[in-house]
Amino acid sequence: MAARHKSVETKYMEERDAVLRGLRGLDRRTFLKVLAASAGAVMAKSLMPPHTFQLVEVANAAPDKSAATAGMAGQPPFTFAYVSDTHLYPRTLNQRFVRAAVKAVEDVNALDPQPDFVLFGGDLAQLGRREELDLGKQILAELKAPVKMMVGEHDWFYDLGDTWQEMFGPPNYSFDWKGVHVVVLMSVHEKDFWTARKMTPAERMHTVAGLDNGIQSRFEVGDDERKWLSDDLAKVPHTTPLLVFSHSPLYKYYRNWNFWTDDAEQVQAILKPYNHVTVIHGHTHQMLYNQIGNISFYGMLSTAWPWPYAPTGLPTLTVQMNRADPFDQFDGLGDGRINVRPDGLADKIYSLWDRNPVTVKADYLVSHGKTARPPAPQFASY
Amino acid sequence: MSRRSIALATAAGCAAILAGVAYAPQVLRAQQAQPPLPIHQVPQAKDGGVVVMLCDGKTSMEVKGLKTGESMSHAQAVEVTRELMAQWQREHPNEKWEIAQTEQAPAPMSYAASAAGAKAASKGMQQGDTYASFTERDYKIWKNETDNFVAEGKDLFHDGAALGGTIGVSCDMCHPDASNTHPETYPKYQVQLQKVALLRDMIDWCIENPVKGKALDPNDPKLRALEAYILAQRKGVPLDYGKH
Repeated sequence: MAARHKSVETKYMEERDAVLRGLRGLDRRTFLKVLAASAGAVMAKSLMPPHTFQLVEVANAAPDKSAATAGMAGQPPFTFAYVSDTHLYPRTLNQRFVRAAVKAVEDVNALDPQPDFVLFGGDLAQLGRREELDLGKQILAELKAPVKMMVGEHDWFYDLGDTWQEMFGPPNYSFDWKGVHVVVLMSVHEKDFWTARKMTPAERMHTVAGLDNGIQSRFEVGDDERKWLSDDLAKVPHTTPLLVFSHSPLYKYYRNWNFWTDDAEQVQAILKPYNHVTVIHGHTHQMLYNQIGNISFYGMLSTAWPWPYAPTGLPTLTVQMNRADPFDQFDGLGDGRINVRPDGLADKIYSLWDRNPVTVKADYLVSHGKTARPPAPQFASY
Repeated sequence: MSRRSIALATAAGCAAILAGVAYAPQVLRAQQAQPPLPIHQVPQAKDGGVVVMLCDGKTSMEVKGLKTGESMSHAQAVEVTRELMAQWQREHPNEKWEIAQTEQAPAPMSYAASAAGAKAASKGMQQGDTYASFTERDYKIWKNETDNFVAEGKDLFHDGAALGGTIGVSCDMCHPDASNTHPETYPKYQVQLQKVALLRDMIDWCIENPVKGKALDPNDPKLRALEAYILAQRKGVPLDYGKH
């Protein structure tokens, strides 16, 4: 194909290869000259990082009236950021996903003020290998704010979580933050589909890694962890705002792609007595939000690749994002922030790369779409 | 099919195994956890010839005077298959073995006398033309052939390496169930390519760029199979060429 058919990434890699080939012939003095010249060229083109992240006003810094109606004194607002679904292969195999993960880390590090913490939303690795998880750990170590880790199915099903837990600790845990109770779940357990089929660990992982591979089971939090969740919440008053992090959406969106948690209703029932619950989930790689009863749900963006909206089951409250441009490696991807308000509700900022950021206000969800509707897409799903 | 052609096909299959030319769609069938295809161990030749084995994996004989890589003459191949089948029948005296050649082929039947013809006549439908004369069996064979073609495409769609991909990326990673491939919208002006594109142009573009493989020739069986799979996933969606 002609040169103009190449993607931005293809051109970048070719240019890079050409430069590296050229550099091999240089002595040290000439190399330093080239280095200085390229730095100058980069400055001249205004290509200094971060060039993709656009700051958005911080929502509602002051306590508002709704805090009183929620029966709370109004805890201080705070902001946390997220990076999710990096799907890293070993660095030698695939540099695209590494560049994207690094870009997200740079974005978050450029935030001023810094977020209280950074949630990593799961699927750090693509095929659950130690080399991939190690690479991810190195990249996330560059974050200035403390990191809260969550596990995804791509991290888990090679060795059923051995390496991930060795590196990051238990996959489900909770902590309190500025008056909010935060729960991190491991929501991607699957019933054993591999033993009867005599699968190797690699085959099991490969099966789970295929979104449309129907052989695998559906995600679930499971009996044990739901019991753990009930016990964990036993001491938390119902007026305390809850933040729940899960890799899969804790509702049923589209079964065939595991945009789904099989025991979602049971988990929702445990969360039902609380005035304000916000669930932040990964896995779906798209702008996605929903409201079920007292629970607001926000999906996170991926850094690796975007997913199209599923053919059925999209929550009616979700306003679709524009389709991603396949010719732009970073389009439809990004990271984001969540502003937890004094009333315990949470606004979500989708920090899309190569696009304007989109803010989804909690008011939009809790009013069931009556106010603060996010902007409509020009190009929704086919 | 005559007995002879069955036996010849058998011998050809065995010869393929002997030569180590077994078609094994790599990851994809494994992904669906099907047991691996059996590999038959052919005994060593004792007299410097070539050992040929039946597809039962047990019955074999040595063709003397034949060297590896040489072809048998037609007459010799017929003789070898006859001998192999005779050997198999001796070892399985109680197996029911129908010799197709001795079966009476169904007599040519007028369309009116056929089951399809009788049905059409009873319902007052048009009769007697070529397509109306095909049987249920014909349709099953065609469906099977088509579904196999689509399944080949599905395998490739889920296997970046099979498309020459070099960075672990396969089509299904961005397009589960071939979603967001919208084959019904081509041809259309693809602004990034600066030309009117067909589905195959976009497939090739994806192979070359996100997958980091080599673009396929339009007649490459892999490209045809990919097209088949993608189109099959959009059954029932109205054609809407030029749609953006």
